[in-house]
Amino acid sequence: MSVSPLRISDALLRRIQAHGVETFPHECCGAMLGRDSETSREVIELLPLANRRDDSPRNRFEVTPSDVQMAEKKAREMRVDVIGWYHSHPNAPARPSEFDREHAWPWYSYVIVSVEASGPRDTKSWRLRDDRSAYDPEVIESVAQSASI
Amino acid sequence: MAVKVIIPTPLRPYAGKQESVEMEAGNVREALAGLTTRFGELKKHLYSDDGRLRSFVNVYVNDEDMRYLEKEETQLRDGDIVSIVPSIAGGARK
Repeated sequence: MSVSPLRISDALLRRIQAHGVETFPHECCGAMLGRDSETSREVIELLPLANRRDDSPRNRFEVTPSDVQMAEKKAREMRVDVIGWYHSHPNAPARPSEFDREHAWPWYSYVIVSVEASGPRDTKSWRLRDDRSAYDPEVIESVAQSASI
Repeated sequence: MAVKVIIPTPLRPYAGKQESVEMEAGNVREALAGLTTRFGELKKHLYSDDGRLRSFVNVYVNDEDMRYLEKEETQLRDGDIVSIVPSIAGGARK
């Protein structure tokens, strides 16, 4: 499976980071809507979602299946796909954890923003390997402006 | 029973790029078994090593979560639509 860079506008990238700052020290999460093809993958819009893990929001997040279906419906209305998900790691690196790996599917882009009390740190994107053994980093290609819908 | 299984976008590369698959199945267990028999690469993304459906994998019969029906033993009728929907979960530390 070919892996294209994840194209995302500076403005949308900043919105992911701002969401992580807003919910700090809890994890934030949201859907990334966009287009995927053999040669490119681009985020067109974000859908910030509630972290449903009330029991442990500092180091866990969950998007319920009904929220996933809502995101898919929104994507269909916009004639795009849910191409991935973002979440924050408060006071932790922007690297997928073992828990992340156990709860992931390939194909999706998983963007993680590391957030500290002083603000956002690294933002990285990851793709799970076909054999589920590990994640590979996905290059984030920051663009000035999103493609129009 | 002739049912349709909707394949979620991330798993379509492992299912011949199809959006849905039609098959004969009497219950959800048989539908998923039929799917993973036909497309072996799907199995590891739906089931964990102990053979159980992964905790983040949810199955709906028409619009009803199978967990509120008879789980994998939920009977299927002609024309039923079986959808596989993930929960998205993760977090910073184990």
